[in-house]
Amino acid sequence: MLRDYAFILIFSAIALSVPILGLSIAWLLRPKKPGKIKNATYECGLETFGETWVQFKVQYYIYALIFVIFDIETVFLYPWAVAYNKLGLFALVEMFIFIAILVVGLLYAWRTDALEWV
Amino acid sequence: MQFLDNLFLNISQVIRNLVGGFLPDWGVEVVMMTVAAAVLVVIAVVTMMFLTWMERKVVGRIQDRLGPNRVGPFGLMQPIADMVKMFIKEDITPREANRWVYNLGPIVVVPPAILALAVIPFGRGLSGADLSIGWLYLAAVASTSVIGIFMAGWGSRNKYALLGAMRAAAQIVSYEIPQVLSVVGVILIAGSLSMQRIVEAQNVWFVFLQPVAFIIFLIASVAEIERSPFDLPEAESEIIAGYHTEYSGLKFGMFFLAEYISTFAVSAIGATMFLGGWRGPVLPGWIWFLAKTYLLVFVVLWLRGTLPRIRVDQLMNFAWKVLVPLALANLLVAGLIAAIINPAETPGFWTFIGFLLGNLLLIAAVVMVGVLRAPEMEASEAAVVGAKGALAGQ
Amino acid sequence: MITQIAFIGIALLTLAGAIGVVLARSVFVSALFLILSFVGVSGIYVLLEAPFLAGVQLLVYVGAVAVLIIFAVMLTRDMMSEETPFLNRQWGCGGVMAAVLFVLLLLIGFIADWPVSSAKPPEDTISALGEALMGKYVLPFEVASVFLLVALIGAIVVARER
Repeated sequence: MLRDYAFILIFSAIALSVPILGLSIAWLLRPKKPGKIKNATYECGLETFGETWVQFKVQYYIYALIFVIFDIETVFLYPWAVAYNKLGLFALVEMFIFIAILVVGLLYAWRTDALEWV
Repeated sequence: MQFLDNLFLNISQVIRNLVGGFLPDWGVEVVMMTVAAAVLVVIAVVTMMFLTWMERKVVGRIQDRLGPNRVGPFGLMQPIADMVKMFIKEDITPREANRWVYNLGPIVVVPPAILALAVIPFGRGLSGADLSIGWLYLAAVASTSVIGIFMAGWGSRNKYALLGAMRAAAQIVSYEIPQVLSVVGVILIAGSLSMQRIVEAQNVWFVFLQPVAFIIFLIASVAEIERSPFDLPEAESEIIAGYHTEYSGLKFGMFFLAEYISTFAVSAIGATMFLGGWRGPVLPGWIWFLAKTYLLVFVVLWLRGTLPRIRVDQLMNFAWKVLVPLALANLLVAGLIAAIINPAETPGFWTFIGFLLGNLLLIAAVVMVGVLRAPEMEASEAAVVGAKGALAGQ
Repeated sequence: MITQIAFIGIALLTLAGAIGVVLARSVFVSALFLILSFVGVSGIYVLLEAPFLAGVQLLVYVGAVAVLIIFAVMLTRDMMSEETPFLNRQWGCGGVMAAVLFVLLLLIGFIADWPVSSAKPPEDTISALGEALMGKYVLPFEVASVFLLVALIGAIVVARER
């Protein structure tokens, strides 16, 4: 079994070397003429307006949070699905309860407008 | 046909015998794995080049024009010309960028796309590594792609790049849940996470047993790889170019490498899990696999050429309020049907009928909910557009 | 033998990530080093022949928790500035506590009598996990869902206070 993961390791080493190799060859081949105006931050061709940071909305955080919760739910779903043929009908009921409890959470988020983008 | 079917297995056996003459056992293993890995990487890169040509031709035809046809026969040399152009373009690094993070961003984006190809069975016995956690590996690798996007967005020190990166991350994260939930039904029926096992369990293609799951998977995967109609984070008319605003030359090319390889990987996964993978009557397995994969690639390109871009709040609403409940309902229906008729033992036809009934029930329930909620949703859409005018969202 | 070498490599990677978290000047780079640590831990799970846990580690920690941390960091401070002081005022006390903890862990690691099982890890871990979750451990499983629900509602309530 570890042999499979050794393959993954070798594969990821080679996959990582593809962009590195490509970028090294490009670095050798391309012209290098930096200039002050060329290297300025791009903002549709205008000068940068205001500071370079923006106050971000809490909404991003809430989406990531709901994602964490549902991600953990799917982690519980996979072993259940794999072992499903060996388990009885009771396993379906148990999983139904599990999902129902989390759907309550999703409904709460929905009704309190936590899922709105605004 | 038997010879063609086993062609690659025979080639690998020849290499193994060649090398086995002068290397110890573990040396042979390492060489075989390196050769397999190198072949997969070459397949990935060549496929990416072919896909750029295919996209321009297909989208061009949909838009009633020819697409590239000057460089080589039918424009087939166009990707090579593009590649040469990418290599020799000047790399303009913004003055204030964080050197390490800015340069590592494009490098980190590429491996997750290529790594997905490791567990996909290209033919009978032809997968890089048949992991017992096949699909979980794919989901894990897909979720790692967010990191490269964050690095690119933050490292550029450009507020539009950062904004684009945050939006892209929110989109990827939101559509990952429907994607992983839709697949649970398939895993239920196949009884394993391993991709080879899932292909072998498809006496009836899973698209017939789980059509709703297939559609959810397709939509969620297209949103995951950020292709039209979900390409808001990189749309040129919206946010300059999102998180790859400040990149030029090959670094910019790396993002597209990752996107096209992901398109191929996602289509390959869809073909494996829903369309029966390499199974098919007369032709060798890997030809069937390629045919099905490119069918799905064509569908993805077709979506790009046909549909308009989706607005950001519609995007998020669609993921959380439509796809997630639908995926959950589908998985419960699948569990119910699979408890009644054990798919491993009942012959194909009755399995199909059983699941068909379950799916019809599900679709009927969805249509009913849609009809009941339609007036309410129209009112809220009108309110959203009215309240914000042309400026929707941040 | 090869697993020993692999273990040393992955352990070094994890430690490098952990050290990077502490030493990095900018908070975002700390988060990136943390992701490196998570990837290293996933590798250790693979070496322990628990591939399901390795996949879950990548999926949940790198894919969800790291993204959450990065979003949270971006919300709470000026992301573009890089001036985090190298040492804060409590570095003396903190250093002593860390050294004491380190010595304690070393003692526990070397002196305690760790029972070593001679049984081989089962081949089909995922199916066994599913059966255990639905059979013997069904109550903790359902309690876990309530736990997740509480976390979700609590976090939404806290995050939405305007």
